[in-house]
Amino acid sequence: MFSLIPSNPVHLSIAGVFGVLIIASAIVYFLRRNDTENHYGELGARVKSWWFMIAIFSLAILTSPVVSVIFFAFLSFLALKEYFSIVPLRKADRRALFWAYLAIPVQYYFVANGLYGLFIVFIPVWVFFLLPFRLIIAGQTEGFLDSTAKISWGLMITVFAVSHAAMLMQYSNALQGHVGLIMFLAVLNQGNDVAQYVWGKLFGKHKIVPKVSPKKTWEGFIGGALTTIAVAGLIAPLLTPFSLPFALFMGAVIAVTGFIGDVTFSALKRDLQIKDSGNLIPGHGGILDRIDSLSLTAPLFFHCVRYFYYVG
Amino acid sequence: MSAPKSKSDLPRQLFYVLIVRPVLMILLGLSVRHLERLTVKPRQIIAANHNSHLDALVLMSLIKFHDIPKVKLVAAKDYFCKTPFRTWLSLNLIGVIPIERNAAEGTDPLAPVIEAIEEGYTVVMFPEGTRGEPEKRQPLKYGVAKLVQQMPDVTVTPVFMHGLGKSLPRGEALLVPFVCQVNVGEALSWGGDRAAFIALLEKSLSDLEQELAPKGWD
Repeated sequence: MFSLIPSNPVHLSIAGVFGVLIIASAIVYFLRRNDTENHYGELGARVKSWWFMIAIFSLAILTSPVVSVIFFAFLSFLALKEYFSIVPLRKADRRALFWAYLAIPVQYYFVANGLYGLFIVFIPVWVFFLLPFRLIIAGQTEGFLDSTAKISWGLMITVFAVSHAAMLMQYSNALQGHVGLIMFLAVLNQGNDVAQYVWGKLFGKHKIVPKVSPKKTWEGFIGGALTTIAVAGLIAPLLTPFSLPFALFMGAVIAVTGFIGDVTFSALKRDLQIKDSGNLIPGHGGILDRIDSLSLTAPLFFHCVRYFYYVG
Repeated sequence: MSAPKSKSDLPRQLFYVLIVRPVLMILLGLSVRHLERLTVKPRQIIAANHNSHLDALVLMSLIKFHDIPKVKLVAAKDYFCKTPFRTWLSLNLIGVIPIERNAAEGTDPLAPVIEAIEEGYTVVMFPEGTRGEPEKRQPLKYGVAKLVQQMPDVTVTPVFMHGLGKSLPRGEALLVPFVCQVNVGEALSWGGDRAAFIALLEKSLSDLEQELAPKGWD
C-alpha cells in the first residue's frame, strides 16, 4: 500500500531535511515580507542555495555508489581549483599543479574500490614527495618551500580530507545501503554550521577568536554543539549502527571539529585578505566556504567509526 | 537597424552552447560580475583585455543563445586563417572577422570591422592587440579609438578578464584549471579625442581589475 512516510530510513531522513528546508523557506518568506531595507536578502539567497545543494546531494548519493564517488571527486576538483585560484603561486608551478589535479581521479579510484591501504598513504606519502620532485624538475628554487607547502596543504584539505566522506561508503549495510553514514555525517556537519550561525545570531555575545572570525561566539558554538549532539542522538538509529552514547559522542566530535575546520579557513582567507573563496554559491560564497568545516570532520569521523565499529 | 541573422548560424550557436560553454564551466568555472552590462545591440563594441586564446571563447560563452548570431570577434588573419581547416573553424563556428596585422600601405585594416558594425553586429575586440605576457595588461592600441571616431554613435563596453592567462598562457599547450573571473564595465562613448578616449578605456579596465583584486603569479 502507498504510504506518505517512506519506509527506507535514508529516504525518510532526506524527507526530513526537505521538511526543515520548507520551514526555513517559510520563515524567510515572512521575514522578507516587510523587509524594505533588505536585511534578509542574503539569508534568502542562502536558503535558496540550500535547495539546490540538497537536491544535487540527494540525487548524487541516492543514484548509485559510482555516481556518489564521482560527485565527491567533482567536489574535490571544484574545491582544489578554487584553492589554487586564491593562493598566490609561481608560474613555474603550473606543471606541478596539473599533476596535483591528477591526484583526484587516482585517490577516488582507491575510494571506489575500497583500497584502504593505498587510499590512506597516496596523498600524505606518495604525492607529498612526488609533487615537490616535479617542482625540482621545473628548476626554480626560489620559493620552492613556499609552493610545496601551499600545494600539499591544498591537496590534504580538498582531496584527502573530502575523500574520507566518500570512503564511508565501504561500510554499507542491508538497511541503509552505502549512504547511511555519509548522510549522517552530511546532515550533522552542514546542520552544525547552520545551528552555530542561528544560535550566534540570536544570542551571540562573547567572541571566541575575534581576530580571525569576529562572528564566532561562545553562545553560537555551545548552542550549535548541543543542537548537533541532540540531532545526532535522534537520527543515529535511522542511519547508523551506533549505540546512543557513541552517537552523542560523534555529535560532539562533529560539532567541535566543524568549528575548528571553519576557523582554519577563516584564518586562511584573512591571510589572503579575501572575504569569500569564490561566488559559485549565492549567499554562501565559494565551494571552500561551504566545505571548510568538513575538512577536519570527515577524516576524524571516518577514523572514529572505523576504529570503534569496524576494525577495532 | 535590426541585427543580421541567417540560418547558417545555428551550428555556431550550438558550438558555443553545447560544447564551449559546458567545457569552460566544468574545467575552469566562470565567476562574472555585472553580467547585466553585457548587452548585445547594434552599434556596439565590446573591448576586452587579452591573455589567452580562451579569452574569445569565454566572452562568447557569456552571450545568450539567441544573441550569438549578432556577435563577431575581431582577430588576426595570419593566425586564425592559417590553414583551410582553421579558416573554416574561425569563420563558421567561432565567428571571426579576420583582419591583417600588417596591412599594405593605403588599405584600412579595420574596413571589415566597420562593415560588420554597419551591418548591425556587436563586435568584440582586444585593443591590446597581442596576448603579451600573461596577466600583465599591455598598452592599448588606437584601433578602437579610430573606429569610434569614425562612428561616434558607437559605444564601447570594457570587459576585464583574469585567470585565463594562468590556465592557458601564450606558448603553452597544457591547460591547467584556474577559476576565470570576468568583470563588465559601463559602456563608454566617444568624447572627441583619441588619446582621451584610450585613457578613459584604460582607466575603466584598471578599475575593473582593481574591483576583482585578482591573484597573479607570485
